[in-house]
Amino acid sequence: MSSRFLGISAYVWIAIVVGVVVLIGIPLSTDKFTTFEFANVAVYVIALMGLNLLTGYSGQISLGNGAFMAIGGYTTALTAYHLKHSFGIDSPAILYASIPLAALLAGLFGFLFGFPALRLSGIYLALATFALALSIPPIIDIDKLEFILQGHSGVNLHPLHPPDFLALSDEQWLYFVNWAIAGLMFVLAWNLVRSTTGRAFMAVRDSETAAVASGVSLSYYKTLAFGISAAYSGIAGSLLAISVAYVNPDVFGLQLSLALLVAAVIGGLGFEFGPLIGGLFFVWLPYWSEQVSKLHVGTFQLPSKPDVFYGVRYRCLPRAKGGGARRKDRDCAHGRRSRGGVDWRGAERDQQLSSGPGSVQVV
Amino acid sequence: MYLVTLTDFLQQVVSGIASGGVYASLALALVLIYRAMDVANFAQGEMAMFSTFISYTLITSFNLPFYVVFPVTIAIAFAGGVVIERIMIRPFEGKSVITLVVVTLALFYLTNGMAGLIFGYILKSFPSPFSSAPISFGGIFVTVQDVGVLGVCLVILGLVYVFFRFTKVGLAMRAAALYPESSRLVGVRVSWMLALGWGLASAVGATAGMMIAPITFLDPYFMQPILLFAFAAAVLGGIESPLGAVIGGLTVGVLLALVGSYLPAGQNLRLPFALVIIVAVLLFRPAGFLGQATVRRV
Repeated sequence: MSSRFLGISAYVWIAIVVGVVVLIGIPLSTDKFTTFEFANVAVYVIALMGLNLLTGYSGQISLGNGAFMAIGGYTTALTAYHLKHSFGIDSPAILYASIPLAALLAGLFGFLFGFPALRLSGIYLALATFALALSIPPIIDIDKLEFILQGHSGVNLHPLHPPDFLALSDEQWLYFVNWAIAGLMFVLAWNLVRSTTGRAFMAVRDSETAAVASGVSLSYYKTLAFGISAAYSGIAGSLLAISVAYVNPDVFGLQLSLALLVAAVIGGLGFEFGPLIGGLFFVWLPYWSEQVSKLHVGTFQLPSKPDVFYGVRYRCLPRAKGGGARRKDRDCAHGRRSRGGVDWRGAERDQQLSSGPGSVQVV
Repeated sequence: MYLVTLTDFLQQVVSGIASGGVYASLALALVLIYRAMDVANFAQGEMAMFSTFISYTLITSFNLPFYVVFPVTIAIAFAGGVVIERIMIRPFEGKSVITLVVVTLALFYLTNGMAGLIFGYILKSFPSPFSSAPISFGGIFVTVQDVGVLGVCLVILGLVYVFFRFTKVGLAMRAAALYPESSRLVGVRVSWMLALGWGLASAVGATAGMMIAPITFLDPYFMQPILLFAFAAAVLGGIESPLGAVIGGLTVGVLLALVGSYLPAGQNLRLPFALVIIVAVLLFRPAGFLGQATVRRV
């Protein structure tokens, strides 16, 4: 089929229309808990789009995007907190207005972090960003900065309410806000990877030497990738703070950063829809794992500890599919051929298998 | 403000050297795996954590004395490392950096989750094999614990050196890491050498875990900051150099002790300081103290 509209093929248009219908249908047909969880999916989809641009498209590994999310989340939380306590301004509009500010500050920080990162590649960049992920929480935690950063007790925010003329629940409103922003960011990312900038990112990823030889400025595009990725993460962090109406340093710990990278790989690096798949996993896998954990095996109940299932899941995915749902990397050419699509039944099976030995340990 | 006295300063340096021994051990474990397969093992700390939990169980549940538990744990850690390499790492030998990083992250989650499942999340105090009685050296007090920790770490590091330098297997492992193709041609089983390397790294890491646990307390997260300090140590020493890891570990130990006690909010700045070390070294001397700059063909 060759009919295209706006440069996008008919199949993709059908997928987009179905996707939008499903997206609007979810909050109208599910309970509050499910709606809230799907609202959170949007947050992680945005964060994963940022990581996908950095790692998937420009080829720079980041284990530290949680740190950029922390900056975004704290921008929103602290703006609201200090305007309220120092100036007595307390309006939900502040929360919305702080989202672009969060993108800006996080983006700036990411851009600056991109400069030392310029000299690093591969495993060294992984190390440096790993250190970044571990460094941010203790800095927020510093006692002497508590008057600004609020230390370990964190900041409470007002939950978001829908405008009066809309007959929506808080969760449904949050869902639509998050997904509207996610949709906007998706279109931006979609266009970005098809622009000169996006092609330059991929050129840098595929071969730095060849990119330089073709006149692509490494330093410009690598720092730019960091900046854009951090801005996406900043928005995600800001929305996360607004969604759960609370931030503290532990929210943005090492686990978040590592889980982001793994979710990005599960979704598929360098694949536009990868963040969507990754985001669904990020939010729903712990929930499913917990449901599995609650199963009674004989008279024994498995302890509620989803981390093991994360591990099993993450372990199986890169192997089964050669690095994600669909990897457009050169790696696909050699090595194990990738199976298309997501191996949902495999996931179920892994969980069933791993619940066996777990129950023995409890005895 | 602090009044910095010389005694106080030296005191910090000495205690920094002791914990530096631990960082050096874990850094050596990282270097062993890096040399063998060009990947930083992000699960190294969690593997050490798991081994430490095994030794804790042996001590508390079976009432075994520490000098029995120590070698038994090291043997278990070694076997565990070999098994992990065979099952989890082998399918990915020679894959891209991102694949290997994600695989070690999977191992990270798996070990952490299993430890939580089996041993629980409550902080446990690990019985120290050494007394905390102070010994005085001309006004500077050193605890038996500090000396013991450093001593054990140095002995382990020495054994690793002897193993690589004077045994046939050690030679084969070095050859397999440097020239896998040529080694295979002369009959070295390269893949098994990688497994041995993982076993050895796991055992060395277990030592680090058992030595630091009495100081930090034990829970499934206790090795994560230590892992970052070990990364800083490995990078500082040159990530391909075992001797560099030892020097880097001791240096990082001393620097962190000084940062922790003399900078305002120093305890919170220890992790960010490790970040500063890593970034600064990679920017200004990427090969570290003892590494060699690599030349790459395009």
